[in-house]
Amino acid sequence: MLRKFVVAIFILGCFILQCSVFGSISFAGIIPNLMIVLTSSFGFMRGEKEGLLIGFFCGLLNDACFGSFLGFYALLLMYIGFLNGKFSRIFYPEDIKLPMALIITSDLSYGFICYILMFMLRGRLQFAYYFSHVILPEALYTTVVTLFLYPLILKVNEKLEAHEKRREQKFV
Amino acid sequence: MSPVIKKKGEKFTIPGKYLLLILTILCTFLMLVTFGTDLFNRPLNAVVGRVVIPFQQGIGRMGEWFSNRTDELAQIRDLLAENERLKAENAALTEENTLLQQDKYELNQLRELVGLDEQYGSYHKVGARIISRDAGNWYSSFLIDKGSDDGIEKDLNVIADGGLVGLITAVGPNWSRVTAIISDNSNVSAMTLATEDNMIVSGNLKLMADNCITFGQLVDSRDSVAVGDKIVTSNISDKYLPNILIGYISSIETDANNLTKSGLITPTVDFEHLSVVLVITDRKQSFDGE
Repeated sequence: MLRKFVVAIFILGCFILQCSVFGSISFAGIIPNLMIVLTSSFGFMRGEKEGLLIGFFCGLLNDACFGSFLGFYALLLMYIGFLNGKFSRIFYPEDIKLPMALIITSDLSYGFICYILMFMLRGRLQFAYYFSHVILPEALYTTVVTLFLYPLILKVNEKLEAHEKRREQKFV
Repeated sequence: MSPVIKKKGEKFTIPGKYLLLILTILCTFLMLVTFGTDLFNRPLNAVVGRVVIPFQQGIGRMGEWFSNRTDELAQIRDLLAENERLKAENAALTEENTLLQQDKYELNQLRELVGLDEQYGSYHKVGARIISRDAGNWYSSFLIDKGSDDGIEKDLNVIADGGLVGLITAVGPNWSRVTAIISDNSNVSAMTLATEDNMIVSGNLKLMADNCITFGQLVDSRDSVAVGDKIVTSNISDKYLPNILIGYISSIETDANNLTKSGLITPTVDFEHLSVVLVITDRKQSFDGE
């Protein structure tokens, strides 16, 4: 219960930050993608199921506010969360390389898929431009933000896991 | 043995794979349904209005306060110089204003004679504050703090600084989404004010940083459209009210087919520094029906 509440606060907080505060401190009009950071970090920390659920709700929030129809971002982020969950078996909290690599890969593939489905299919074929002006800057900015956001998520997750363990022992 | 089967003493859980499948089907279903209709938008928008919008309003106000303070400090010196200049200009303008008012009086009389109504000024408008920007980097839309409770509906026109900003594309009880005309997925049917040649004005992500939009499909057989011409929304658009200023042509060239022309438009609205907009609550249909 506590976990659900905390995760909901995380999703809402990140979404609100992303479209208000980060909108005004954007570099060259590019804002970082906090939803990806949340989805993939919970994915590799907690496994497939939690990753896909968090991705689904992050995406649904984005869809409801800014999507032209429901379900697109929800589906995209859900699969990103699920695939990140596949790596939960080789995840260790002490290792920062795997999380960073996963988050960057997730953001890049998110950018690619968005470009293909929303731009290439409408005949905007200058991939090099969109890659260098939207996808890559977004991934870089997201990486910088991850350096601050990821340790926070990790710490909160550790606290939650400790709390859950205590409760379990109490009941047993 | 199937992993879904419940074992004794164990909580019933769905494995990730099945959940993924179920949610994928749900998403596909949602996409198919909401692509054409807005069946689920009403309850979902109400939830967003309750949960997200209050925070965004607060943060938006705070951010605005901070940026206003910094702007004030930076601008004091400029303002002193500008004040001097404006005082001189004011004197000249007052005189001009008197002349114009005489003209306007005459114009109104003549308009009554011809039976034309003054269009632009007679629209009903509602002021709204921008509370949030698009969370992605691909399109350009923003949320405003007025919704269906304030009489805002889908497809209403939004203006600011006397120019067109965009169109309302989603409405909740206390918020609505505006898709800007500089957004890559926006197309506006427009015309030149002087010659009434029709064209399509569309946003472009490449030019968004330069605050520029493109136009195309302009049939200008008389070669009368030139750089600097005023572009307004056209009479034949089904969503945009006629004669709202969009911007000025900044470059024009003939297409490869030698029949149509295309080029760039500088919009009158500064989309980078937009904080308050006006929503015109008249719809094109009802306006024409009157």
